[in-house]
This record gives sequence, C-alpha cells and structure tokens, in this order.
Amino acid sequence: MLDLIILIALLALGYTVGSWQERQHYQSIQARELVLNKLPAIATKRLPEFDRPCRTELVTGSVVISVDYFKRFISGLRNIVGGRVSSYESLIDRARREAILRMKEEAYTKNARMVFNVKMETASISKGNRGNVGAVEVLAYGTAIIADPQD
Amino acid sequence: MLLTNLEYVPDRKIVKHLGLVQGSTVRAKHVGRDLMAGIKNIFGGELVGYTELLQESREESMQRMMQQAESIGANAVLNIRFSTSSITAGASELFIYGTAVILE
Repeated sequence: MLDLIILIALLALGYTVGSWQERQHYQSIQARELVLNKLPAIATKRLPEFDRPCRTELVTGSVVISVDYFKRFISGLRNIVGGRVSSYESLIDRARREAILRMKEEAYTKNARMVFNVKMETASISKGNRGNVGAVEVLAYGTAIIADPQD
Repeated sequence: MLLTNLEYVPDRKIVKHLGLVQGSTVRAKHVGRDLMAGIKNIFGGELVGYTELLQESREESMQRMMQQAESIGANAVLNIRFSTSSITAGASELFIYGTAVILE
C-alpha cells in the first residue's frame, strides 16, 4: 500500500514539476532562438565564394537533459503496446534545440557571422543498474566564421 | 593550433597531410553528482553537473588530441568529429578525432 502511495506521489510530482519545467524551458528556448536568428547555423560543408572569412573557429554546445518520473512511467507503458513515444520526443527536441542555442551563443560571443558544417551527436546516459535511459546528452558543433574586426 | 570541422581552411593551402590524430578520456561520474542527478530524474530538467562533467572531459580529450598533433608537427586539425559512448552504467568515453595537417 505504501509503495503505491509513493509511486503515485512520485508520478504526481514528476508530472507537475516536469511539465512546468518543460514549459519554462520551451519559453526560454523560443525567446533565445528569436534573438539568435540573425546568426544562421548551416550544415553545408563548403563556404560560399563571396563570403570569404578571415578566421574560423570550432564552437560547441552541449546539454544533458533528464526525463521526469511521469514520462519515464508512461514510456514504460508505451513499451508494451509500441508506437510513438511522444513523451521522449519532446525531451530530445528540447535537448537538440538547447545544444544548438548554446553553440550559437558561443559563436555569438566570438562575433561570428555564421556557423558552418553543424553536426549533432546524441548519447544516452544510462543511470543506475537497471540500465534504463534517464537522460540524453546532445552535443552540437560547427565551425564559426568570424568576421574581421575591421569590417 | 587551428581546429575546425571543415575539410579545408579557407584561403590557406594544406602543405602536408599527417594522418589521423585522436584524443579520448573515460570519465566516471562521482557519487555526489550522481545523487543530485537521481533526484533530478524525478523532476526532469537539465542535469547541470553532468553537462559540466562532459564538457570538462571533452576539453581534456581535445587537449590530448592537440598534444598528439603538436608532437607530429601539425599546425591545424581538420575535419574534427566528436563521439560519445557509454562503456558501463557509470562511465562514458569521449572521443575526438581529426586529420592533422600542416598549413602554409
């Protein structure tokens, strides 16, 4: 009986705090994306001829985001019937966008004009002995094209 | 040392290719951070401790790769790739590799 109460309490806590945090995070992501829209991040390998830069530098951004208890529970249920695990989709979406934003922020502080050849890497960080996925790490990296100070 | 994940450097010629250089670190998370992460796992959200840990380890891998590149006389590493793999439940490996070259 006590176990059930603890489970329900954890689920409720995970749901309320988790969804609140997700909303907050999405708001912050959207606000920062608007600001950093002027700094494009592109997956092209070749730089355009007309945009000859004077300096290139590697920029990276990474984030580790954990899923809340409620979502983990739901995804466990989803594992039985199969199908889209939408509770994890938003987690990975947040992590990717956050990683790109951090990479762009680093590029921005270096006065970059663009970020080229953006690559992303996702790694799941397993926690505990049960080996269930508790968190994902996303790393975004690219080459920042930094404008000449004289420009 | 110039580091980039492009396959060439604009406006500069590659004089010599020196082959692949790499750097890696295997890091385990420590108990304090693990405990915090365990609590965070209920609520969700960013695990700042882990983010920092992985960033530090990646920095170290990068240093090792740069050392290797320097020791063979390179002045730039091109086409850098990052890779992460978890080895056991507690540890992960951060691996960085690229092509060492001499630029004119």
